[in-house]
Amino acid sequence: MNPVSREKIMKRLLLIAVALSLIILPVILIWVGYNGSGIISIEFLTSRPRLFEYGGIYPQIMGSVYLVSLCTLFGAPLGIASAIYLAEYAPDNRITQSVRFFTETLAGMPSIVIGLFGLEFLVFYLQLKTSLLAGAISLSFMMLPWTIRASEEAIKTVPQEYRAASLALGATKWQTIVNVVIPAAMPGILTGVLLGVGKAVGETAVVWLTAGSGLEAFVPRSLSSPTGSLPMYIYLLATQAHTVEGVQRAYGASLVLLIMFLGVSVSALMARNYYLRRLGN
Amino acid sequence: MMKLESLIEKALFLSASFSALIVFLITFFLIREGVPALSLNFLTGLEWRPGQEFFGTLPTIIGTLWVVIGAVFIALLIGVPTAIYLSEFAPFWVRNIIKSSVEVIVGIPSVVIGFFGLMILVPFIRNTIGGRGESILAGWIVLAIMILPNLISLTEDSLRAVPKSYREASLALGATQWQTITKVIVPAASSGIRAAIVLGVGRAIGETMAVLMVIGNPETPWIPTSILDMTRTLTSTIAIEFSYAEWGSPHQHALFAIGVVLFLLVTALNFVATFVIRRNKN
Repeated sequence: MNPVSREKIMKRLLLIAVALSLIILPVILIWVGYNGSGIISIEFLTSRPRLFEYGGIYPQIMGSVYLVSLCTLFGAPLGIASAIYLAEYAPDNRITQSVRFFTETLAGMPSIVIGLFGLEFLVFYLQLKTSLLAGAISLSFMMLPWTIRASEEAIKTVPQEYRAASLALGATKWQTIVNVVIPAAMPGILTGVLLGVGKAVGETAVVWLTAGSGLEAFVPRSLSSPTGSLPMYIYLLATQAHTVEGVQRAYGASLVLLIMFLGVSVSALMARNYYLRRLGN
Repeated sequence: MMKLESLIEKALFLSASFSALIVFLITFFLIREGVPALSLNFLTGLEWRPGQEFFGTLPTIIGTLWVVIGAVFIALLIGVPTAIYLSEFAPFWVRNIIKSSVEVIVGIPSVVIGFFGLMILVPFIRNTIGGRGESILAGWIVLAIMILPNLISLTEDSLRAVPKSYREASLALGATQWQTITKVIVPAASSGIRAAIVLGVGRAIGETMAVLMVIGNPETPWIPTSILDMTRTLTSTIAIEFSYAEWGSPHQHALFAIGVVLFLLVTALNFVATFVIRRNKN
């Protein structure tokens, strides 16, 4: 075969691969939307589940919201502070290198391992029980390295002249960071935090081991209440409810979860586009 | 003033060390609970019957390898050509759309992908190919979906890092674009692609929910002989059994020992990938 016609065939094969990798997202979205929209109603969104076949998912929605908000409350400030240290202060020595190495190790940790750790350390050792608090802290361990990475990138892309100008005006290093560097890096940091939030919303294994079984009928009343979440509810109903009503509820919950997830990640991408455009100017 | 500044620096350093502290704690607690159950028999035993205190994980380890290798292979078949298209052919706006959509897929809750696999793939396999449907093959497909996005974006990054002059030199010698890609660009980017594969394997080994929902998880796992066999993975065993395992029992220690194996495998793979990437940069 001559090289030119071979080239044409190869390009077509490439396009098939591209189509295959592109088709996944719309197929899943349409599948969930088509099957899930039928059951969505005010009642489904505001009542509590009974057994596998009845009721709604209000406690699960609120459980997910509580878990992720608390997780962000722990994870985001810590992650941003770490990133400031790594980007602005860290001297290039052994200590910093090992801090960086451990951050990467944590980022690569399978979520079930983090769940096991949360189960042993938080639930049993610190006696937090299977609870909102244990779940949120474990989730924040998972979210932390992602926040650090994204925030560090964002801080590093702030032009050096900004810092120089501020320092030249007599500002201290910390004043420069707070008043100049952080505001300039904010959209990038926000993107990182939101992508982390998106991951935490959908995380199942960690909350399974540390927060609750999923069918909880009450919105958590305190930090030590067991907490249901949408992903756990979907898992339970998808694998253990063998009735049409049960599976339909799993579709409905998947649709709600996907909407929450897409809301968060689309705003993350928009924050970044805004940021990139501003950098470009 | 100076005192405050140095206090702040110390506080920031403490926050940055927190990740290291967590990794230490994870290592310590996993080892404390898991190592008592680790033995040669644990790794080579063929029988997993927690009720009778048989804790052999060999079938589970082999099941995991089957699932992971197949999934990575599928993801490569689709992901590398996609990355080539993105870096070499796609117009700017197409590339932007694809990259964003790929980034969204990365975060799609794995339980939703597992649910999709359970409702669509499993019945499809059962009706068209045979078996129970819940199978290694179904695991391949959902896991490939999970690792594809990262593989695409890492591969694309390393393809784009190949200097433009390489392409120009090859084209100037009369090579077609395709010849340039296969003979020049992909070889030049190969270490980046290798790192992407290693990271993909690590992620695939650690993935829990999506795989768990489609591979059947037989009560007593066996060494799979066909891709239509049901199987178990390391992660699915922990997830399914932790709530039945009495705290402090040998069963619980065995589950933590699986955690130790997972931890070591994944950390080693990440270590290799970082090493490959760093060597690549120098």
